[in-house]
Amino acid sequence: MIRVQREDFDPARETEALVGDDHSIGGVVTFTGLVREMADLGEGTEARINAMTLEHYPGMTEKMLARIEAEALDRWPLNASLIIHRYGDLEPGDRIVFVATASAHRQAAFEANMFLVDWLKTKAPFWKREDAETGAHWVEARSSDDEAAARWTETPSKAAE
Amino acid sequence: MSEMKVLYFAWLRKKTGTGQETIHPPAEVQTLGGLVDWLKTQSPGHADALADLSMVSFAVNQEYAEVEDPVKSGDEIALFPPVTGG
Repeated sequence: MIRVQREDFDPARETEALVGDDHSIGGVVTFTGLVREMADLGEGTEARINAMTLEHYPGMTEKMLARIEAEALDRWPLNASLIIHRYGDLEPGDRIVFVATASAHRQAAFEANMFLVDWLKTKAPFWKREDAETGAHWVEARSSDDEAAARWTETPSKAAE
Repeated sequence: MSEMKVLYFAWLRKKTGTGQETIHPPAEVQTLGGLVDWLKTQSPGHADALADLSMVSFAVNQEYAEVEDPVKSGDEIALFPPVTGG
């Protein structure tokens, strides 16, 4: 399942609902992304942020998240998965993203979760604008995120199957 | 006459001064690269936004695309910086 929403979410409630009464699930891995209070301005400098705005491309966002999720379901033996991504105005400490992966065994759940987070960071059309004490700026894409996503294209792990 | 919808996001929206516009490019515009070259001539803001294409990603009908990919009448084209979600 995927959801793109302005509203906050409750990780515990989402996890419980995802697992439901499927007792063949042996583990569920959840990742919750938060708004960090310090912005990386590059060249080793940081600034405290007051707020963040997340812009997205309605339509394409849902399409890309659904595709990434379908790929995870194809590559790992998952019983259930969920991606929630927020947009709009956020503050430091706020939840931005939630990724949950449930499987009979932990390895598939852990790997699929990392795959989903790495891939949504480089494929889902969201843009962060940080309102920092030094002024407002659009966050720049990081090459380390591209590298994190690229490792999943090299040798797909089938060990968990 | 060819008609396309162009969407701009993040700083491309700020620089071009619009989030969405309907355009009527000339018939010679057959590729995304050709469209970008034509868009640059439409205003100083467009020229500024599209000056460095290494900073711009493209989508045609909500699919990632490259400059050599074709565009046609009725397409929804989106221009945006590399994504920073998650």
